[in-house]
Amino acid sequence: MTAIAQTAPSRRERGPIVSFLRRLFLGKPLGAAGAIIFAVFLVCGLFADVLAPYGYNQVDPINRLKPPSLAFPFGTDNLGRDMLSRVLYGAQLSVIIGFCGAALATVVSIVIGILSGYLGGKFDVVVQRLVDAWMSFPDLVILIVVVSVLGPGMWQVIVVLGFLYGIGGSRIIRGAVISVRENTYVYAAQSIGAATARVLIFHVLPNVMPTVIVLFTMRVGAVILVEAGLSFLGLGIPPPAPSWGGMLTGSGRTFMYLAPWLALAPGICLTLVVYGINMFGDALRDLLDPRMRGGRR
Amino acid sequence: MTPVATPLLEVDNLSVRFHTDRGILPAVDGVSFDVAAGETLAIVGESGSGKSVTAMSILRLVQRPAGEIASGRVMFEGRDLLKLSEQQMQEIRGDGIAMISQEPMSSLNPALTIGLQVGEPLNRHRGLSWSAALQEAEALLRRVHIPDAANRVRAYPHEFSGGMRQRAMIAMALACTPRLIIADEPTTALDVTVQAQILELLKQLTREVGSAMILITHDLGVVARYADRVCVMYAGRVVESGTALEIYEDPRHPYTLGLMASVPRLDDDARQRLVPIDGQPPDLANMPPGCAFAPRCRFAIDRCRREQPALDPVDGSQHRKACFADVTEIH
Repeated sequence: MTAIAQTAPSRRERGPIVSFLRRLFLGKPLGAAGAIIFAVFLVCGLFADVLAPYGYNQVDPINRLKPPSLAFPFGTDNLGRDMLSRVLYGAQLSVIIGFCGAALATVVSIVIGILSGYLGGKFDVVVQRLVDAWMSFPDLVILIVVVSVLGPGMWQVIVVLGFLYGIGGSRIIRGAVISVRENTYVYAAQSIGAATARVLIFHVLPNVMPTVIVLFTMRVGAVILVEAGLSFLGLGIPPPAPSWGGMLTGSGRTFMYLAPWLALAPGICLTLVVYGINMFGDALRDLLDPRMRGGRR
Repeated sequence: MTPVATPLLEVDNLSVRFHTDRGILPAVDGVSFDVAAGETLAIVGESGSGKSVTAMSILRLVQRPAGEIASGRVMFEGRDLLKLSEQQMQEIRGDGIAMISQEPMSSLNPALTIGLQVGEPLNRHRGLSWSAALQEAEALLRRVHIPDAANRVRAYPHEFSGGMRQRAMIAMALACTPRLIIADEPTTALDVTVQAQILELLKQLTREVGSAMILITHDLGVVARYADRVCVMYAGRVVESGTALEIYEDPRHPYTLGLMASVPRLDDDARQRLVPIDGQPPDLANMPPGCAFAPRCRFAIDRCRREQPALDPVDGSQHRKACFADVTEIH
């Protein structure tokens, strides 16, 4: 208690973000590396239009299947499209899908998890059995069914992944809510006449935010990976959109021996980004969860 | 102190049960008392005697489904709180009746600033905007003597000491100038020096605001100093009630006597041993048929083990006791 009281004023001077970054970079080097990869990925995705030297579907028949060079750092594909530009636009697509999908998933998780965890009783039992039933379907089966009904496309993928991960992830939020619910300050809030909605939004939600943030971060990586898998199977975003998964399965697979850079460029990007996000998420969990603090190094 | 025609709060024959694996536990069993406007009533008893559960039942915050208010009436300003809808009850909590809990360390939300929490009742009940509520919170913090209130409204609970948190809790309870404040062992978790400050503050502020207070405590020293009237509870029942003076000068229930005897005094001989009450409080799942205190009582007669004594007046005054024996004659 005294330690907290003593560090509090100095932490305030530096600001919580600076203090957080210090702890991340000094205490979690792998997480810091993940954060840098994540940041680079974000910048690439957000500014793909500015950064990419060519358009993602700019065909150049003369420069087909060129190996990496100064003009084309990642080489070109069988239609002469610049791979660097395609990978950058692919990052844009992944950012959109990753963030929208993860955001939807997180919102769904919060709504189900908070209501189920806080209200408890029969409501909780019924909701959790439905979640069980939902989780017992293999992810890919649900995905394939929905995409074959709705047809492939970015928004279909986002909505499907959002609900898929949202319903599964609600269990994690529920767990956090149950542990928060038993705190005296929740009773204190009730004792000043706060209705359930006020207690949930104002008193419970801020206290499960660390869990929410970690869940969201992890979900970004998971959604990106699953989208790549879907596109690889031809169920994701239809060409010519430069989805990393689509690039792997299209020209990447066909010309794997002739022009390995076609598969390597999106493959390495995908691996690095998902790895980075997971490492960052892991570090976030350690730093934000007070129970883990000082535990694992 | 003078009895008013209709008291502010009238608890009549309140019973609360808990359904547990070990059966139904009668945590509160037929408790009756009343509180007049502006008066301080102390409810005294050891841990598990049902003091806190009684307080929680007044606000209908007993944990469900385990806890259940089985019977009784809680009349507050002419309305039976036990018959109100949950929504009507929410309107009363924090506005008509406010509560100060015994754990200042955990009763404040760690994720919100002090100012937001102190101002929240005003936002909830008075419809103040958050910025107006924050300004009021600052004034309230000043009233409970928190130094540098202008900056402290933006502080988080972990930056406050235990005493300061309890002051913040008091500020929160006073925000809507409630007619009744229930203080559930407000000083148990605090240092002895801070305890006195907090109680003085509480007494002074309730007097200023004109609130009545139910002070739940096991500290008889506190009772003597701050309470107008006293209810002594044992195993879920009121065993003795009266004015603070009556209870101190002339305790009539053996349990009250035992409590008084067990309080260490500064002027005691240092080598003198504390005088405990022999035995253990009864197991609520397995209550004796007669008086719950009989197994520990020096004065118990056969009748005590068979029959439950009623809370009857002592010599026609307001002083009441639930005991067959006439303790004054025996000791």
